[in-house]
Amino acid sequence: MKALKKLYIGLILFFLYAPIVTLVFYSFNAGRNRSKFTGFSFIHYAELFEKREVMDALYNTMIIAVVSALVATLAGTVTAIGMHAMRKRGRGFMMGLINIPIMNPDIVTGISLMLLFQAIRIIPSGMATLLLAHIAFNIPYVITTVLPKLKQMNPHLYEAALDLGASPAYAFWHVVIPELLPGITSGFLLALTLSIDDFAVSFFTKGNGIETLSTLIYASTKQGVKLHINALSALMFVTILGLLLIVNILTRPKKHADKN
Amino acid sequence: MSKRLAYPYIGWAVLFTVLPLIMIFLFAFYNKSTGEFTLENIERLQDPVVLKQVWNSFIIALKLSVITTVLCLLIAYPLAMILASKDYVAKGFLVTVFVLPMWMNFLVRTYALMSLLETNGLVNNFLSLFGMEKIVFLGGEGAITLGMVYNYLPFMLLPIHSVLQKIDKKYMEAAQDLGCNTWQVFRRVTFPLSLSGVISGITMVFVPSITTFAISEILGQSNILLIGDLINYYFVGEGNDWGLGALLSAILMVIILLTTMVPGGGEESSEKRGVIG
Repeated sequence: MKALKKLYIGLILFFLYAPIVTLVFYSFNAGRNRSKFTGFSFIHYAELFEKREVMDALYNTMIIAVVSALVATLAGTVTAIGMHAMRKRGRGFMMGLINIPIMNPDIVTGISLMLLFQAIRIIPSGMATLLLAHIAFNIPYVITTVLPKLKQMNPHLYEAALDLGASPAYAFWHVVIPELLPGITSGFLLALTLSIDDFAVSFFTKGNGIETLSTLIYASTKQGVKLHINALSALMFVTILGLLLIVNILTRPKKHADKN
Repeated sequence: MSKRLAYPYIGWAVLFTVLPLIMIFLFAFYNKSTGEFTLENIERLQDPVVLKQVWNSFIIALKLSVITTVLCLLIAYPLAMILASKDYVAKGFLVTVFVLPMWMNFLVRTYALMSLLETNGLVNNFLSLFGMEKIVFLGGEGAITLGMVYNYLPFMLLPIHSVLQKIDKKYMEAAQDLGCNTWQVFRRVTFPLSLSGVISGITMVFVPSITTFAISEILGQSNILLIGDLINYYFVGEGNDWGLGALLSAILMVIILLTTMVPGGGEESSEKRGVIG
């Protein structure tokens, strides 16, 4: 029975990882063929940095991810603090608003925003619409990560600080914010990953003449794939892995502090 | 710490969440040139050619996403049970390993699968070692379903596992003491207690499956049009018919709203059901 369980786990792991491992493996292929491995080399990585469209897409993806995550973290944290002070009914209403973008399929979110941007026509499509769209889908996720931290926080901590003579602003920055910091950090990193990972919303809101890494990969799968896309995918995978590792390290010490 | 801090977001959400959704309905039921409410997009569905295309893409998307959801459930539930049992010391690590692919860009995953399944891909090369003929995997319903199961399996595993893990083992032991056999324990205790996880897993797999357009385009080689592909075709592709595209999006949205709202009953209540122990 135990051997059977191990076999089951092994089979599913193989199913999940075999395509990823071969993808990364072939990114080091010296040849240009995707099915014959002719030798180990970094040429496809080198090629990556020479391609203008890849570098542009990388730059766009990074700018959009960092800016939208920063703005969403700020807005989401402020909103979460406000929601925490609300009564149950108000909070329920807010949760409803927040759940719409989380529940909506990407394609509907993307198309709805595209129609909005087309209708108002003030914002030129491209970087500006991409940023607005990414901020819009990121804020709800930041709120849902920060809100539990607010609930866990001792409500008397803030009052105690005020009683001991702290000004509201001082108590906020030196008592409330440090308590929320793990939630805020994970919210920021979650927003960052979601933004890098997004395809459908970017695809519909980007307009012509601008690409992100996701939309670039999508476009290149149609033209028959080249191995520099493997290299790009491998790099993206490593980046996300790194980000997740950071999240884990950041959230772990906090758990020990809670126990003490 | 005032609740007024939350008010600006209401304005933002109206502008960037509610209004865009209203725009979909506006485009679907509004005539731009006359400025009046119109049912002409619905009337155009009466054209047999259009209707057939729309109906087929709906049915095939529904079929493939139901198959995907059932397969994911059948594969993920036993796995979640194994991972939640006490047999494994490093199970925290194992769960992370299973969920990790979820964080990899789904286009990259789909692309990886595509390169394996190509006519000259690794799988066919491997089969030809045994003197087998090359098989055309890509372009069919099987490849699309495989791609969706591959992409969305972690979405089914995660919620089921987190609910199973929280169930107090004493319930199962009590059932056994009271004379239930293994199957009865599962059917009467474990499964009903894990229902909230199963429901959220089903939602998390079904919704992206029925709305996908990239997976079907890449692995189906544009041979098979799902409803997502058709919407994409009307908005971005050669179809260039925003009214019809908006109508299809609106219908899709309503269907998803109906299927996800009814069984779940909201996050909070499902959470409560999950932590009985």
